[in-house]
Amino acid sequence: MKEKHVPGKRYGMIIDLDKCTGCGTCTIACAAENNVSVRSDESDKERSITWMELFKITNGKEFPHTEVCYFPRPCMHCEEDGRGHHQPSCVSVCVATATKLDHNTGIVSQVYTRCIGCRYCQAACPYKARYFNWWDAYFPKGKGLERYLSPEVSPRMRGVVEKCTFCHHRLMRAKNLAYAEERRELEEDEYITACAEACPAQAITFGDLNNPKHRVSQLIKSPYAFRLLERLNTKPKVYYLSNKDWVRKLADNYLPGEFEKIMKLSG
Amino acid sequence: MDSPLLPEGVKRCSTKAFFLWTLPWLGLLAWGGLSAFLCLWKGLNQTNMSNIFAFALWIVFDLAVIALGAGAFFTGFLTYIIGKKELKNVINAAVIIGFICYSGAIAMLGIDIGQPIRGWFIFWHANIHSMLVEVSFCITCYLMVLAIEFVPIILGNRQLSKIRELNIFGHNLHETMAVFAATGTFLSFFHQGSLGGMFGVLYARPFAARDGFFIWPWTFFLFILSAIAAGPCFTILCTKLTEKLSRKKLVPDNAIQLLAKISAFLLSLYMVLKIADTLGWIYGVVPRAGLKFIDFYQEGPYGVWLVVCEIIIFGIAPAIILLVPKARQHDGWLIAACLMTCMGIVLNRFVFIVVTLAIPVMPFDRFWGYLPTWQEWGIAMAVIGYGFLLFSAAYRYLPLFPKERELNPVTE
Repeated sequence: MKEKHVPGKRYGMIIDLDKCTGCGTCTIACAAENNVSVRSDESDKERSITWMELFKITNGKEFPHTEVCYFPRPCMHCEEDGRGHHQPSCVSVCVATATKLDHNTGIVSQVYTRCIGCRYCQAACPYKARYFNWWDAYFPKGKGLERYLSPEVSPRMRGVVEKCTFCHHRLMRAKNLAYAEERRELEEDEYITACAEACPAQAITFGDLNNPKHRVSQLIKSPYAFRLLERLNTKPKVYYLSNKDWVRKLADNYLPGEFEKIMKLSG
Repeated sequence: MDSPLLPEGVKRCSTKAFFLWTLPWLGLLAWGGLSAFLCLWKGLNQTNMSNIFAFALWIVFDLAVIALGAGAFFTGFLTYIIGKKELKNVINAAVIIGFICYSGAIAMLGIDIGQPIRGWFIFWHANIHSMLVEVSFCITCYLMVLAIEFVPIILGNRQLSKIRELNIFGHNLHETMAVFAATGTFLSFFHQGSLGGMFGVLYARPFAARDGFFIWPWTFFLFILSAIAAGPCFTILCTKLTEKLSRKKLVPDNAIQLLAKISAFLLSLYMVLKIADTLGWIYGVVPRAGLKFIDFYQEGPYGVWLVVCEIIIFGIAPAIILLVPKARQHDGWLIAACLMTCMGIVLNRFVFIVVTLAIPVMPFDRFWGYLPTWQEWGIAMAVIGYGFLLFSAAYRYLPLFPKERELNPVTE
């Protein structure tokens, strides 16, 4: 039977911060899956590469009232630049068209062989989700890391910017399989990112935001769902979930009294 | 030793003295050469730039020298298009300053990008929505225009002008200068503006983001205005420095005074619009992002003093000095005001680049600091060394100031 083709997918994810334990498995899975180069000394956090970065936030209160939350931050795969233009901030500024928003998938790609390394996209991204290769790609030999290298993802050369691609190669793989099986549509779990797959707490849910059958599209309707820096109007496709007020408040900037008003409106 | 190359009827220092003068500048060039080699060979890890400070000292220098080099196109516009004949006495110097600034900026940009060999992708795979593409196109084209404007000055050399064909070529090129001045004005208008636009369109960075007109954020217009206000001031400073060092009067007062007067009005207009823009930002962009003005000035060394310096000390103060005829006619006040104007523009570019990136947007993110490495300083200083060398050589061997002979008759 021929399936009906549904155009315009919007892949996205929702991360349940109340489930996240801050174990960092998503970060490691992402780096291993995507051939992210390492350095012999990874303590220089300003120049290390972590597509899925883990922030630790606290409610700022003294013990015993202190609460901690871990905030995983992949590329937000924004839909707009903040002024209503239908391309993310990083895409509209890129000089060499090395990064594009695919309107069929919603994924913001990065063409490493076209990037000239001007880093204007890094300046444009408020989430700091873009990383520059300050060194040549390095995978220490004899420590097993080279055996993990994936043939599906090209390693990046020195002098270019890289970022989370929502494991785009996994989408390609799933589509190839579907094509071989003469299917036009992917099942919900056929294409998920490495971080979503690896999360031991199942805090990350990935899928098509446009497909009402996908869990992610149902979860983003929760009154506790929110996006990072939502007021900037960049329309990220990464959502977060938390029933803690202080966590939701820390996800954006608010003038005194503004957050309380939003709370009242949403009940 | 090089006397046959020197312009006729003017006095120059001895070859030995000139050689000694060039040594510190050659030293800066050597430092820059070593730094450039290391950055190209080992990569940009030789700098202290980071994923937070994606733009740093070099971009500040780039934007600063491009703003200061605006004297070239603006003086050309005033001389050839508006017809301010007295400025012909300073146009050659302005063109060479512009050439130094633009060629220096492009050389720095070549090292600043991670993949210099792919630099041509900007033109081949151009993203027409990017302000940086407009900047790159216009700067490259304008450097060609500046090179063409430089040619008749080079051909004015005593020995070269003896070659009939070159003399005729140089003369004819000079006659068509209005066309190049107009082209230069058009190109400069867009790249000065786009440099401002580059930061105004960072809509997701509330510190830099600006509202605007159609596709242009207000910074587009402010950068043009600030560049044409500061450019003539920098031309005056370079001329005055040459006069002090050579102990000669090189440019008639009326040319300098005209530039200072025009700069005064432009700077005043710029300050009015800059204040309006700042207020618009404080009451528009900033609260929309859920922030207060003071939120941007609480971390690190970047306090409200930046705004005070930019608007009052290096903005309103020099504008007043330059507006008052008696003050601008006094050499000391004139130089001080020009220096303050130039510092204000450099500070403005610094704020838009470094402070924009230093201030975190995510509420839970931390403030990061940045200090350049010696390699970064080396490349920046090399542009200064290159500027001194080229300008000194041009002054020594070319008819840079047409009235020099008249103002300084050589008494045998």
